[in-house]
Amino acid sequence: MDLINQTKHLLKKEILLEWRSKYAFNGVLLYVVSTVFVCYMAFNLNLGFSSVKSYAIVWNTLFWIIILFAAVNAIAKSFLQENKNRQLYYYSIAGPHAIILSKIIYNVLLMSLLSVLALIIYSLFFTNPTNDTWYYFLTVVLGGVSFSTVFTMISAIASKASNNGTLMAILSFPVIIPVILLLIRMSKRAMDGLEHSLSYQDIGVLMGINVIVIATSLLLFPFLWRD
Amino acid sequence: MKFIYQTWWKLLAVILVFYTMIAGFLLHVPTLPILHETIRNLYFHVPMWMAMLTVFVISVWYSVLYLITGKEEHDLASIECVNTGLVFYLLGLITGMMWAKYTWGEFWSGDPKQNSAAIAFLLYCAYLILRNSIDEEQKRAKISAIYNIFAFPIMIVLLFVLPRMTVSLHPGNGGNPAFGKYDLDSNMRVVLYPAFIGWSLIALWIATIRYRIRLIEYKRNEIN
Repeated sequence: MDLINQTKHLLKKEILLEWRSKYAFNGVLLYVVSTVFVCYMAFNLNLGFSSVKSYAIVWNTLFWIIILFAAVNAIAKSFLQENKNRQLYYYSIAGPHAIILSKIIYNVLLMSLLSVLALIIYSLFFTNPTNDTWYYFLTVVLGGVSFSTVFTMISAIASKASNNGTLMAILSFPVIIPVILLLIRMSKRAMDGLEHSLSYQDIGVLMGINVIVIATSLLLFPFLWRD
Repeated sequence: MKFIYQTWWKLLAVILVFYTMIAGFLLHVPTLPILHETIRNLYFHVPMWMAMLTVFVISVWYSVLYLITGKEEHDLASIECVNTGLVFYLLGLITGMMWAKYTWGEFWSGDPKQNSAAIAFLLYCAYLILRNSIDEEQKRAKISAIYNIFAFPIMIVLLFVLPRMTVSLHPGNGGNPAFGKYDLDSNMRVVLYPAFIGWSLIALWIATIRYRIRLIEYKRNEIN
């Protein structure tokens, strides 16, 4: 029960720190708003964009790409932000599993919130063509969760190497491509208002990838955490 | 590690590969529409992936060993296995693309299997870049071992799980039957299975030679 206790405290600390500075959250939120606005301006250079036949496809894909880059920016901070001395302190009071678990849970919470907010902001600027809004919401939350599990481990690896920003992108994109493809497919189905059961297999695979990633993170982080 | 200095399995590899080259071009193959004689590419395309998988598995094994023991040799073995595996990866891609040109009409038709293979290739390129970005030897060895273990299951998902779930032209994927279905009299297995073993051993041989060169370099640079 030590692990649960430690995780709980570390998670509380993460949330408290974020609540006090609101740096990561506001930063990424602003990032999302700016990106959406840039896209809005750029796409509306051509009049009548929202009546184009492929509007729905572009809407969906663009949304996921924005979320992808927002997630990279939000989660890259999770390990890079902490300075060396503070990390040393954590390592002396908590186990590696508690540290990585608390980071994953914190990132999951952050990303779910962010992706839902992003969807709302995005729908403000681009008219939402979704038929099955709740299912789309569910897909978006699921996407936020999957992004955070994958990126947490990658950011832990990237933070140990120099030249972080580039490395984070290089390391994470091959891993995230299958995830984002599944998500785009699922969300397109939600958009068209198709039967829910069509997506069950994809949800299963997504969950499978998440379980694999969390399991390998738990297995590998103890080797990674101290220099 | 005594195994890598023995000769018998290298001889076996050479004999098996020569056998598959000769038998692969001469033995009878089932006549099928579209495929025709290109079906013989099966003896060369699939074994490349088998060889790649063999050295990648060994590489993961040595990455795990490195994390447990911290011996530098294990890191060298792991990276050389990945290097060799990547060569076979490329060969597998190229043979597949040539085959695709004659059967599917395009070198690259955006088939899920091809796309997955390209993504998994990026995954391993990222591994090489990660290695080059860290100067300190032990840190590099540790972090790249971790990434290697992390990347392997994802590569498996990409190459062997995801394409099975979508519409793909590739045999064995997306509801298509694998070659086991076509080859009713199991004639092709006589060549295919030896080819698996032969090419896997060849890959292993290349990896061990590169590993031994690295080991000599490492020992020469050592400060006594």
